[in-house]
Amino acid sequence: MAAQLGRRGILLGGAVIGASALAACTSNEVAGGQQTSGTKVAAGDNGKPGAHITIGFSCPQADHGWIAAITKNAAAQAKLYSDVTFSPVEPTNDVAKQIAAIETLINKKVSVLVVLPNDGKQLTAIGRKAMDAGIPVVNLDRIFDTPLAYRTWIGGDNYGMGVSAGTYIGEKLKGKKDAVIAEVAGIDSLPLTQERSQGFKDALSRYGLKVTNRVAAQFTSSSGQQVTSNLLQAAPKIDALWNHDDDQGVGVLAAIKQANRNEFLMVGGAGSTDAMQVIKADNTPLKATVTYSPSMASSAISLARLIGQKKGMSDLVENEVPARITLASATITKENVDQYLALGFKS
Amino acid sequence: MTDQAPPADERRRVEAQSVAAARPSHAVAMLGEAGWTRNLGLVVALAILSLVGVLTVDTFATTSNLLTVLKNASVIGVVTVGMTFVIMGGGIDLSVGSLIALASVWSTTVATQSFGAGGVWFCALTVGTVAGLINGFLIAYGRLVAFIVTLAMLVGARGLAQYISNQQTQVVKVDAINDLAASSVLGIPVLVLIMLAVFAAGWVLLNLTTFGRRTVAVGGNAEAARLAGIDVRLHTLLLYGLSGLCCGIAAVMLTAQANSGASTNGEFYELDAIAAVIIGGTLLTGGRGTLVGTFLGVMVFTVITNLFILNNLPTPIQNITKGAIIIAAVLLQRRGKSAATT
Repeated sequence: MAAQLGRRGILLGGAVIGASALAACTSNEVAGGQQTSGTKVAAGDNGKPGAHITIGFSCPQADHGWIAAITKNAAAQAKLYSDVTFSPVEPTNDVAKQIAAIETLINKKVSVLVVLPNDGKQLTAIGRKAMDAGIPVVNLDRIFDTPLAYRTWIGGDNYGMGVSAGTYIGEKLKGKKDAVIAEVAGIDSLPLTQERSQGFKDALSRYGLKVTNRVAAQFTSSSGQQVTSNLLQAAPKIDALWNHDDDQGVGVLAAIKQANRNEFLMVGGAGSTDAMQVIKADNTPLKATVTYSPSMASSAISLARLIGQKKGMSDLVENEVPARITLASATITKENVDQYLALGFKS
Repeated sequence: MTDQAPPADERRRVEAQSVAAARPSHAVAMLGEAGWTRNLGLVVALAILSLVGVLTVDTFATTSNLLTVLKNASVIGVVTVGMTFVIMGGGIDLSVGSLIALASVWSTTVATQSFGAGGVWFCALTVGTVAGLINGFLIAYGRLVAFIVTLAMLVGARGLAQYISNQQTQVVKVDAINDLAASSVLGIPVLVLIMLAVFAAGWVLLNLTTFGRRTVAVGGNAEAARLAGIDVRLHTLLLYGLSGLCCGIAAVMLTAQANSGASTNGEFYELDAIAAVIIGGTLLTGGRGTLVGTFLGVMVFTVITNLFILNNLPTPIQNITKGAIIIAAVLLQRRGKSAATT
């Protein structure tokens, strides 16, 4: 009996220790605490507290680093203003649920809405409804079908991103007519992927170059690794490779390392902190990344505040915030990486 | 409970009889002609694909490309071993992809990584196995339908993975894990060796042990197996635990390949795994199947993906072809089977 109890005790004890060790393993806290990045309050009159406003915020559920950073940046930026009440709704990947959530914000009579739609076309009607109800809408990144549905659109430049990548590679490979240029695209059915590829193609053609091998992944590191391992087999010698997304880039780099290849230069996309650190260390083919920064969410909150308080942008002459703002895609290399590290996002 | 069960000796005898009854052609199927006819469709499909590969791309038949194909098959290959057991035992496991996501995320958190490679392995295998056992417990002792339980686990485990990772990609800094995917022994990638070892262990377990014979009996006719004295519920529990363990191993392999853990890992692996097992000749109703067939099934899919990328062809056409191949392989199989029986 005693022996049995003892054995049970040991088993139970082992299970408890095992379970608590496992539970402890879910922590992702890095020693040294969190840094806030990708937010900023303007100096001057616009930075000073003004009329109190409520900003409603709706975006898709984070399924990878970029969207996660959008959500985080928006909340962090709103927190910097004492005159802003931030009112986010539960993120969702379902169009119908996002429409319902925005309805709630309209009914709540928030002062301004910031919306990153799951699908710009499918959410146009609800954007219009908010505008018709007198609530200005700041449309973030994925654009609505009609300007009637937003007061201001702010977003990245997917075509420009492709152009930046193509220009960087074109400059490096200028004059090399038979260059092998590979492209690892993101989810192929998305318009943004097609725009990026088009920009890349157009920029390369200015240098008389073209994409010779193109594959598409899923914006995830594991899919990036899979397609790249096959791609490297298809092209035994590559001169340059552009990968659309730094999240999947972790996998692309892993595949390159596993295949022991380093005869080419690689350019990333989006601008994650991780990619920037790799560029800074300069010990992999990844030499540059072209930005599509989630700091745009912070800027959207600032614009929403200005619109709500009926102010303009202090550096512009006009009294109103512009109707459309397209962010430029910067090229980050080893030379300027330090200046961008603060804008990076955790992949 | 013990006073109702027959004595152990007696039980073993009856069990052996029932197993023999459940699968009369056991030895034949394993070694003889029938085993090969069953896999004929797949062998033909693989041969055609390889021929297309050799004809269209010069780099197809190189050693490095073949090793790449095997490496790309390794993660899903390990998953299909567990899946073959579950399906042969009359069940289904829809949660494998999510279990991989959960195990890969749990084993790559900052806290786990601080324990090094051992911590990552331990965490992934434990999380996978325990989650599998939870599936098995609910199905066997909670008397719930496998489809529903594992569907709930599919949703729940991925949710937990998203919660832990905060939906971000967790980059692995443990070199011993990352190196797994980059290193080889005697020219064969370590990941491929792991897959082959899992397949070999699975083959031995299925064909040469009581556990394997019981799996066939339980899947063939659970009631007869119970009457023969097999603890069907315990066996079912173990089958799902085994599937979870395979997911844990696969999670470490995937993590090593992608140098990262993410809640998006293993998406739709349940469909790939089930498809490979089914075209490999395992009956969806349980009781019959081979791991050789499963392996061939995995290879067919991986070779298709490889071929399409080598030929620079777009993804949609690849998916259409995969669908067609599933149908063609199953049709060929049926024809081979009816030819063998008549």
